Amino acid sequence: MTFFLQQVVNALQWGSFYALIALGYSMVYSVLMLFNFAHGDIFMVGAYMGFFVATGLVTLGAAGVLALPSWLILALTILMAMFLTSLVGMLVERVGYRPLRGAPRASAALTGLMIGIILQTGNLALLGARRQTFPGLIDVTSYKVAGVIVSNKALIIITLSILLTLALHQFVRRTKWGMAMRAMAYDFAVVPLMGVSINTIALLTFGLGSALAAVAGIFFGMAYPVLEPYMGLLVGWKAFVAAILGGRGSVLGAGLAGFLLGFIEIFVAAVFPSTLRDVIAYSIILVILTFRPYGFFGEPYSAQLRL
Amino acid sequence: MLLSVEDLRVSYGGIKALHGIGFRVDEGEIVCIIGANGAGKSTTLRAVSRLVPAEPGSKLTYRGKDLLKYPPDRVVAELGITHVPEGRRLFDNLTVMENLRLACFARRNGPEIQRDLDRVFSIFPRLRERIHQKAGTLSGGEQQMLAIGRAFMSGRQVMLLDEPSMGLAPLLMMDVFKALGEINREGTTILLVEQNARLALRFARRGYVLENGNLVLEGSSEELLNNPDVKKAYLGG
Repeated sequence: MTFFLQQVVNALQWGSFYALIALGYSMVYSVLMLFNFAHGDIFMVGAYMGFFVATGLVTLGAAGVLALPSWLILALTILMAMFLTSLVGMLVERVGYRPLRGAPRASAALTGLMIGIILQTGNLALLGARRQTFPGLIDVTSYKVAGVIVSNKALIIITLSILLTLALHQFVRRTKWGMAMRAMAYDFAVVPLMGVSINTIALLTFGLGSALAAVAGIFFGMAYPVLEPYMGLLVGWKAFVAAILGGRGSVLGAGLAGFLLGFIEIFVAAVFPSTLRDVIAYSIILVILTFRPYGFFGEPYSAQLRL
Repeated sequence: MLLSVEDLRVSYGGIKALHGIGFRVDEGEIVCIIGANGAGKSTTLRAVSRLVPAEPGSKLTYRGKDLLKYPPDRVVAELGITHVPEGRRLFDNLTVMENLRLACFARRNGPEIQRDLDRVFSIFPRLRERIHQKAGTLSGGEQQMLAIGRAFMSGRQVMLLDEPSMGLAPLLMMDVFKALGEINREGTTILLVEQNARLALRFARRGYVLENGNLVLEGSSEELLNNPDVKKAYLGG
């Protein structure tokens, strides 16, 4: 039982990364009918943005210029990395995708792959092949509850990931911006007739998704403090799986599917040799997708793509 | 003159849909364009609302402004020209209220929005009963009411209506046109395209006849209703 609960904690933390990245994947897929294959690399950019901000603040503190409490450094790191990464995401939309609006879907998908390559190799060119170490932002304390070890770090990661998922869900449900996003998910072509600029909503969608990917990047850096330019590849693909599994148009679906992926991977690894983890985990997901091809909470949308 | 269109040409991937048509709409008027399926009626409205690009040389002027300089969302938000598209195209996944609210996206929040909402509900009382229902669950007539209500909320200087009678039972159709008449009397100019020529000409003051991308006739509704060619081609003899 203790073993099981311990795995649950691990799975929640592991699933947090997938969930946060899947939200952005899912939003772009739903609102713009686009697979943004660069999104895993946006996660990488977010991790580096967090690394720069955090390292800068820690260095300032060590030099005695600006000594901030560690919780404030963490908060500032998250907020500033969210902001900077959302700018990168919006730039990707503006430069990469907007000129191809109305172009064949395959071209837009290729754009994502190319932007991903540019982000990876650009990082490599700028920073070199040396791996960066994410600074330890908070003093790690571990609590033992009923034999289960939970660190304050894991608690922060899990709680904030769940809260951000719920916050995004509320944003999409309740605000007029979210309403416009849902309208676009249903019938893209008619949205301009409501006086809503498609370009604005596209920027918003990319900005929000990228900001959440940045949080995932920082959390990842806190949990596994080694950063490298290709860190977004596999994680990105898996988050993409979660986005599709969650169902088009469903924020909660994408979040839940992200956590589900975490659970499947962690529990498979707990029973089978870890080299077989992804083989077994993704075979299971393949079977799930066979039975639920529209994902868990896929919403219907208009088949008419043009007016 | 409120809206003037000169030499409007539109093609879809090399196939010409409009061959240089011209028409005008005055403030407060109801004008209709009638024609057969595929004549280019919907394309005409799409060109005015800027959903499809007009070819170089086309001139579209609204209140002295060059319409071709505006993207479609600003045609609605800044000029108040709204387009009720063919087949209504509601957001079925949003509630009735959300559909109406979304149409106010670009408007400043204020008492005017509430006043306009109340007006929509007084014109179409059945929408009020259904505000929390998803638009996809409405009947055909209610959907047309919501589509018109949405246009009312978003601009309402000019309404471009694409086949508002489509798929409606005769009684409902009369209701919808009665409501449109009411909206027009309050100051909204209406440009209507219809396959149901008799209905359109009874409702409008003036009309144009569109055939294969060319305007072939124009005149007052009375003239057109009595024109032998129109009678033969569009009014069933």
